[in-house]
Amino acid sequence: MALVSLRNVGKTYRSLQGDDYVAVEDFNIEIEAGEFFCLLGTSGCGKTTVLTMLAGFEQPTTGRIEIDGRIIEAPGADRGVVFQGDDSLYEWLTAVENIEFGLRMRGIERKERRDRALHYLELVGLKGQENKHPSELSGGMKQRIQIARVLANEPRMLLMDEPFAALDAQTRLSMQSELLKIQASTNKSVLFITHDIDEAVTLADRIGVMRAGPASSIKGIVDVDLAQDERERTNDRFLDIYKTVYGMIREEVGIAMSRQEKAAGQGA
Amino acid sequence: MSKAISLRRQGTVKSAGAPGWNPLSISRGYGGYLIGFASLFVIWHLAAVYLVGSALFPPPGQVLAKAGVLIWSGVLLEHIAVSLRRILIGFFLGSLAGIPIGLAMGSFPAVRKILEPYTEFFRFIPAVAMITVAVIWFGIGEESKIFLIIYTTIFIVILNTAAGVGAIAKNKTRAARSLGASSFQVFRYVALPATVPYILTGMRLAMANSFVTIVAAELVAANEGLGKMLWDSRLYMLVDDIFVALVSLGLLGFVIDRLFRWAIFAFAGRYSPVA
Repeated sequence: MALVSLRNVGKTYRSLQGDDYVAVEDFNIEIEAGEFFCLLGTSGCGKTTVLTMLAGFEQPTTGRIEIDGRIIEAPGADRGVVFQGDDSLYEWLTAVENIEFGLRMRGIERKERRDRALHYLELVGLKGQENKHPSELSGGMKQRIQIARVLANEPRMLLMDEPFAALDAQTRLSMQSELLKIQASTNKSVLFITHDIDEAVTLADRIGVMRAGPASSIKGIVDVDLAQDERERTNDRFLDIYKTVYGMIREEVGIAMSRQEKAAGQGA
Repeated sequence: MSKAISLRRQGTVKSAGAPGWNPLSISRGYGGYLIGFASLFVIWHLAAVYLVGSALFPPPGQVLAKAGVLIWSGVLLEHIAVSLRRILIGFFLGSLAGIPIGLAMGSFPAVRKILEPYTEFFRFIPAVAMITVAVIWFGIGEESKIFLIIYTTIFIVILNTAAGVGAIAKNKTRAARSLGASSFQVFRYVALPATVPYILTGMRLAMANSFVTIVAAELVAANEGLGKMLWDSRLYMLVDDIFVALVSLGLLGFVIDRLFRWAIFAFAGRYSPVA
């Protein structure tokens, strides 16, 4: 059985004007234990909405979201969330205190939680930075702290919402390869959201390509059966998969643009 | 100790040891303050002696001499102590009540809606206007002054605290929830520390208000205090005494505000302070 399943999930938001906006409709995916699943789509297609519901921050309007066969009703320590920006870090705590936050909340004794936090601090390559506050660290380092903070809590799965989108290209590349290493060594399931095809092909075991919003759903799922050393932008098989995904995304961009033109035509 | 403070200290030490004068040392150390204050007194002196030349505008030397006399006799310190005591009691009681109310208003929309009519109504009635009823209700003793300081403190602390809670990034509380924190833990370990800089800023503004209020209240109805001293001096045309009281108010406010800024940096420097 899959670790996580989303079945016929829909989410409708009501705007302040009282209009309904259907963000996601009839959305179905399953994620296996230990799998790295990328959710890819154009901006505004509802990727984050799916993650928000899976995290338990919001409830779906229709359908079921289950982890281990239990319906998700609230946020929980079994699903660690890595956010896009750095505003989820606690500025008043040091790096290591941020990382041990979850353990502290769950009543793990001081010595043990500090040891575990330092272990994960080292795992994400921040050894020696433990006593710095977030304001003293670079963007890439802050994202490492977020990842370590989630890992230290030992969740069943990681939910990552475009965690590297705000980083420069070079830092992003090194973060991607480190994330792959960490995922290989911890064997956590990951739901990784991105709008970057390249990033998705580099990281994922499977890529779920989403349709353009509104009322978005899964357009198709692409298997990425690449070995670790084939995940290079110059590799032929990498490029084949890239082209497949690119074709799907381009179709969706076309649909989104024609919808916009239609809407503009109606307005005139 | 926060980084900001230690950096500042280093800066001061460096500039003190640096050979020659450089503009950076002014911005870092206390040299700038010294120059600022010295120029204030120089301008005052020049204006009093050469520009006005009237007994109604005494030069700083004369005021300082009078201050010495009043300090020696104990009168000045007595007035200062009385005013300061009123301010501190009212200010701490007002903050003590205002912080939890502000936290509750910021955390729970229902509480906010119930209490907002109070805060939005009373914050437009200045404490100075409330002196009238305060004296009628509590007499001219300590109670009326403390009531007025509480009044002038509480609303500004409530509003700043509530605004601070409202300004917490949603991702901070969401992260805490998904790391396993209970609602109470989110409040205790995320909302509260994230709001500290706003609370301190609110208290700092309230302290400034307290000075305005206490002088006005003591002018109208009091037996001692700096405001009373001002009023009596005016009655007997003791211009030097008026200036001593004014300078005392300025210095007292400045010192207390510096203490606050220091506290904000020391305790909340790493909370990315807004001060």
